[in-house]
Amino acid sequence: MIRDQGLLSKIWRFAVWAVAGLFILNLLGVIAAVIVNSFATRWLGTWLPLGLTTKWYFSAWKEFQLSSVVLVTFQVVFAVVIISGLLGVTTAYALARRDFPGKRIVVLLFLLPLLIPPLTYGIPLATVLYQLGLGGSFWGVVLINLVPSLPFVVLVMIPFIEQIDPRIEAAARVFGAGTGSLFLRILLPLLLPGMLAALLLVLVRTIAMFELTFLVAGPTSQTLVVSLYYAVFASGVRAGQSIDAMAVIYMVTTLFWLVLALQFVNPSQIVARAKQQPAS
Amino acid sequence: MRAPSLRTRLASRGFDGTTLLVLPGLAVMLGLFIYPFFYGLADSLMPKEGVWYANYANFFSDPFQYRTIAATLWLAIPVTIVNLAFAVPIAFRVRLMTRQRLLTTILVLPITLGTVFVADGLLTFLGPQGWFNRVMILVGLFDGPVKLTNNYWGVFASLVITGFPFAFLLTLSYVTGIDPAIEQAAATLGASPRQRFMRVFLPLLVPGLAVTFCLAFVQAFAVFPSAVLLGSPAGSTRVISIAAYQAAFEQYDHSLGSAIAMIMGAVELVIVLLVLGSRSLFYRGPTGGTKG
Amino acid sequence: MTLPAQDGAKTQVPKQTARLELDGLRRSFGSYNALDGIDLTIEPGEFIALLGPSGCGKSTALNCVAGLLGLSGGEIRLGGNRIDELEPEKRGFGMVFQSYALFPHMSVRRNVGFGLTMQGIRGAEADRRIEEALALVRLESQIDKLPGQLSGGQQQRVAIARAIVIRPPIVLMDEPLSNLDAKLRLEMRAEIRGIHDQIGSTTIYVTHDQDEALSLADRIVVMSQGRIMQIGSPQDLYQRPVHIEVADFMGFRTRIAGPIVGVSGEEAAIDVAGARLTGTMREPLRIGDAAVLSVRPEDLVAVDDGNGMPATVVSMEYRGRAFFGMARAGDDSVLYFRADRALPRGASVTLQPASGQALLFKEAGA
Repeated sequence: MIRDQGLLSKIWRFAVWAVAGLFILNLLGVIAAVIVNSFATRWLGTWLPLGLTTKWYFSAWKEFQLSSVVLVTFQVVFAVVIISGLLGVTTAYALARRDFPGKRIVVLLFLLPLLIPPLTYGIPLATVLYQLGLGGSFWGVVLINLVPSLPFVVLVMIPFIEQIDPRIEAAARVFGAGTGSLFLRILLPLLLPGMLAALLLVLVRTIAMFELTFLVAGPTSQTLVVSLYYAVFASGVRAGQSIDAMAVIYMVTTLFWLVLALQFVNPSQIVARAKQQPAS
Repeated sequence: MRAPSLRTRLASRGFDGTTLLVLPGLAVMLGLFIYPFFYGLADSLMPKEGVWYANYANFFSDPFQYRTIAATLWLAIPVTIVNLAFAVPIAFRVRLMTRQRLLTTILVLPITLGTVFVADGLLTFLGPQGWFNRVMILVGLFDGPVKLTNNYWGVFASLVITGFPFAFLLTLSYVTGIDPAIEQAAATLGASPRQRFMRVFLPLLVPGLAVTFCLAFVQAFAVFPSAVLLGSPAGSTRVISIAAYQAAFEQYDHSLGSAIAMIMGAVELVIVLLVLGSRSLFYRGPTGGTKG
Repeated sequence: MTLPAQDGAKTQVPKQTARLELDGLRRSFGSYNALDGIDLTIEPGEFIALLGPSGCGKSTALNCVAGLLGLSGGEIRLGGNRIDELEPEKRGFGMVFQSYALFPHMSVRRNVGFGLTMQGIRGAEADRRIEEALALVRLESQIDKLPGQLSGGQQQRVAIARAIVIRPPIVLMDEPLSNLDAKLRLEMRAEIRGIHDQIGSTTIYVTHDQDEALSLADRIVVMSQGRIMQIGSPQDLYQRPVHIEVADFMGFRTRIAGPIVGVSGEEAAIDVAGARLTGTMREPLRIGDAAVLSVRPEDLVAVDDGNGMPATVVSMEYRGRAFFGMARAGDDSVLYFRADRALPRGASVTLQPASGQALLFKEAGA
């Protein structure tokens, strides 16, 4: 790249890196504080705890009934992933391949949930769900989580499908593939990498989705992040270490899927849409 | 000659079997997003008691309620500006790095861990006996422990921890989308680094930065768990989402809750539209290069 | 960091008369040497083509001259003054990029005027020069359009106008025609040479297309693996490549390996499957040396009688004046040859290089 060697630019460069470094240091500090505290026997007024123990994990697992919470979390998350995957990919396929009157409005409809605070649509939706008797239920949690995840899948998949040459499908038709085998033999293999990426991202985001789940979750349909919130909210009641042990368990479940997702996607795709880099 | 069949005419306008694939997804969005929205709007106009606009009238006449708007903006706008102000120069340096992946992976951690986890961690980290206060006292910046949680600054910190990486990663994707040859061209034509930034990069980035600002702002504006856990939810960080939640789920007044949710959406959309509207003053085309 | 003889004023770079010297240029990326000791002196007003396959270092060399890449070693001098530590913006060279790199948010006028603005030239003087430069590339009518509204060829013209409007002592061109279609490429080729002759700047032109280099340049520098293989006029390179790789690049497509069996003066003969093939030695060779004969398809002729290399026809195609074919020799090597009539697939032919047109090199590694 272009070198600039002036003293001012050196100072500027140093300052930029220093700020970035400090941010990362603090970020890692926050995460480390949770991990260290979850293993602490007693940690008050010192740099590091007096001793280390793993007992908080056992007590947290029991106190917060984590075996059922973790189970519920995965059931919710996988239900959301499968439903938003099925609906999202078909919708994205139609939007990527066809131009029809009103398409812009449909695309806008899928953009809006990402532009509006979750509570704005979450509160009316939760009200509706409670009136339908779905409040507090497993399916209530799944349904409310579809609102951000379905558009997410659609928006990730549209550019991915657009870059698959439609002539491939035409060629398959010419060689005699029916709709079924076209889908199974041609489209699915081509779509799979994009789908995998999109669905893993939805998975990670749904595990961490607090606001919406919180609005409709009942005692039997709580996910990990909601349980964690309640625990921190009532932090006087339980030992801090126990709460942090739960936070670490939550972190591990999230990071497991994050690491898996990062095998297929670039980290920045978690926030930004897939983009092709300019060739140069 | 026969008139073309209905099917052919529809297909020529883009309606055929493939187009129908949009319907299931569309139906879900209409059922779970559009219908509840209008339901909520109608619900908010049917207050428990009083005239049809009573919820809105109550909200705007009760300082405890209408001040939440200011409290929310007073958090969200400075945080978004700070996040973006740091994101741009850092993204500009990181764009030159060949191995960005480790950095971006670290930065994506707080986004995936979410606000609840970060709030829990910050309670320990920023607490009076936490590492942050200890380091500050050690290097002599603080005289004694400074209260950084259960107030404005705790929430501010949590919004920076989750919001900065978000703004940074978005900005980075815009910055790296600009053809590096464009900068080189400006350099060979005699533009100094500063001129290259001001005259070439910035104008090309403004549209992307506006979008980044909006998305980062939406996140900060929707602040909820960290405002409760890290702030003072009855005082300075009683943000509008707390007001909406309390109305709907603590006072069981879903009508008022919906009204506050509508106000929340309206305030946020006004800011977003202002920012996106000002974008039209700038260039809005492709930045990847000028091929074709 | 600054030049001994210059005080940073932008007009100090000597115009028109400066000789550019590259002295032992080296540039490495990690352990990889992209440039491995480049020595080259370019006279004022010359049109130099850097030619080579992708990855040979030609673009790296150009970027080093432009200042977009720092050097790992060596010096660059312009008119005797060192410039290799100057930032690109202080060198005052014009550069045309492969991707054009027009500023997408500026009109054609502002794109072309950018360099002038940076030099503090504004108003009527700037307008006059912008119009002059656009007239040179025949694009006056598009002055108020945005780059996105122009065709590829027009964008390339804007890029050229933008580079020459600042009257640079040296114009650098990095594969400027590679994104254009074949017809436009021929057209622009002629125009680029015409513009060069009009403005009198030195031009360094990077390309991987030997036709482009041969038709445009005063001198061609053939590069491979970060080194210069040969420097010479187009005729020199076309007729007398000094290295088998250069020969390869100059269209000597067929290689026939065999031991030297006879030497006389500049000529020598190799033995291939009992046939004697004669060529001009480009490296000293003795009887018994393993050698490679390299020859262009048009100079390897199918003969009806007697002495030559036996082969079997694989395919033939008609290209206007003659038939060109591909044949396979006994050892499975592929031979490209010329014939005056179509030969059926599978037919046996005897191939003989036209007299004086084949070259002999040492076999690599021997």
